[in-house]
Amino acid sequence: MTPLLQVEDLRTHFFTRDGVARAVDGVSFTLNRGEVLGLVGESGSGKTVTGFSLLGLVDPPGRVVGGRILFDGTDLAGADEARLRKLRGKRIAMIFQDPMMTLNPVLRIDTQMVETVLAHDRVSRAEALARARAALVQVGISAPDERLASYPHQFSGGMRQRVAIAIALLHKPDLIIADEPTTALDVTIQAQILAEIQKLCRETGTALIWITHDLAVVSGLADKLAVMYAGRVVETGETSAVITAPVHPYTRGLIGSVPHGKPHRSMLQQIGGMTPSLLNLPKGCMFRPRCPRGDDECLAEPALREWLPGRFARCVHPHLDPHLDDAKERVS
Amino acid sequence: MIVYLLRRVGQSILAVVTMAVLVFIGVYAIGNPVDILVSPEASQAEIRATIERLGLDKPLWEQFLTFAGNALRGDLGTSFVYGRPAVEIILQRLPATFELAFVALLISVLIGIPLGVYAGLKPDSLGGRSVMAGSILGFSLPNFWQGMILILIFAVWLGWLPAGGRGPTVELLGIPVSFLTPQGWAYLLLPALNLALFKMALVIRLARANTREVCLQDYIKFARAKGLSPRRIVFVHVMKNIMIPIVTVLGLELGSMIAFAIVTETVFAWPGMGKLLIDSINLLDRPVIVAYLMLTVVIIVTINLAVDILYSILDPRVRLSEVKG
Repeated sequence: MTPLLQVEDLRTHFFTRDGVARAVDGVSFTLNRGEVLGLVGESGSGKTVTGFSLLGLVDPPGRVVGGRILFDGTDLAGADEARLRKLRGKRIAMIFQDPMMTLNPVLRIDTQMVETVLAHDRVSRAEALARARAALVQVGISAPDERLASYPHQFSGGMRQRVAIAIALLHKPDLIIADEPTTALDVTIQAQILAEIQKLCRETGTALIWITHDLAVVSGLADKLAVMYAGRVVETGETSAVITAPVHPYTRGLIGSVPHGKPHRSMLQQIGGMTPSLLNLPKGCMFRPRCPRGDDECLAEPALREWLPGRFARCVHPHLDPHLDDAKERVS
Repeated sequence: MIVYLLRRVGQSILAVVTMAVLVFIGVYAIGNPVDILVSPEASQAEIRATIERLGLDKPLWEQFLTFAGNALRGDLGTSFVYGRPAVEIILQRLPATFELAFVALLISVLIGIPLGVYAGLKPDSLGGRSVMAGSILGFSLPNFWQGMILILIFAVWLGWLPAGGRGPTVELLGIPVSFLTPQGWAYLLLPALNLALFKMALVIRLARANTREVCLQDYIKFARAKGLSPRRIVFVHVMKNIMIPIVTVLGLELGSMIAFAIVTETVFAWPGMGKLLIDSINLLDRPVIVAYLMLTVVIIVTINLAVDILYSILDPRVRLSEVKG
């Protein structure tokens, strides 16, 4: 079976006055139908730009400069605007981070939903409205008729995100790109939305790319993970494998930074330093300056390599035997 | 909504009353109209009679009360010069100014908004930059000079349009108007364009700034991610958002266009209220000046009220918060 989405060495650069910012510079992953991929990384690691690149929504001065985005067999990286527009919302939908900003404040919900239906399907307004109503019911919004006639400001944040999800579901897309859709919400609402999306994707067989900086959120949701650092995917693999035995030192640091389940008052772990400026990237491995294992060998940039079965990482000194490595590091 | 309306109307009335006091006191301080009205050879008795006839011998507060009382009945005094009610004289000139201002507003909106939105969507293109450069000229060149250049080009050199005056008018519901005949348009076009240029520059800059801001919003990107056509995004998603500030500003500007069409009316000899005001100031015709100022205040206050209501129609957020409040 060919994968639904196959991204190969995607490169999206921003040509600014201060130089070329390589926001995405070598991102590769594959996604099968109905699968959930967690795209994880710190702020500025290029995960959102990756999501926009897939839809051809990168604004100038940014541009996809290289790589391939094979979606159901066709390359989207070089596709023209008309072709991309037919896909957007129809076969690939996107949910944004801030629900307070994604709905147009001066248009009613029904307007914003009906136009989405009519953008791709030649149906009557009444039918489009019926579909909008059904989508609202699907995401658990009560009194949908009343809600359809409302404006976004009459909704809470969680409710707006549900509406955004309903809009994404209108055309039963093959793929939904969700860009940190729960970050701006309360924890309880976050859990609800998370469960909702998981359920809907399972029901409809929609594949999902879940972009997040929150490993705790994504570990329970995703089938596989792609960890990004400074515009590159540094590690990919099955979620459980990556979480329990990370190969890349950066992934280890990231997992170590999650404070869950640690004894009270124990020191919280952190990764020293900060993500490098995209305009001034270090030579060789991007993580070298912050890496406990970094040395002169890391000055040549490592390629993404399969170290263990199904486990790819971009590292010269990967953690291949976690127990042994832990012991070694404790001694040193 | 009703509470909101009542409150707004109350504020409007207060503004009118305040203005009445200021105008009356201000105008009273200007010269002595009797010097101009009676002939230099007039006897002392004749001068005294004139003063008494005009009520200028009474104390200021009494004159004001008389004025205010009459004003409430719609009588703003009788022109010293024409010997007819000031309001009547002004109302006679009103349609000409209104027509000029509305056509100018229409021109500035119909040309300004598309140009501004275009410049906002393509800020770095040659077209976008040219529009902005042109708008700077519209802003900075003096209005009267623009008017003279327009006359020079279209009336003197090209000979396409008449240089001034209002030309023939036709009656519409008893009001003389120009816009129903091609001839009327010929006379109307240049002064309206002159009056519109400044506002057009304003609309262009406003539309451009707002378009640029709105285009960066997530909801525009979300609209693109939904697969909407660029036309739908610009004409519905962008337009509806930029109209809110534009309507607000234009409402205020319409008032000032009606009130201060003076320069244009003088340059083009357009028989409107502005020209009347200049003539009246030269002749110290107090009742006409006062009536003109009062009428202007009422017009501007009314337009502001209308804009507020329109605003609440455009922006659902205003509508709702006012229902609650």
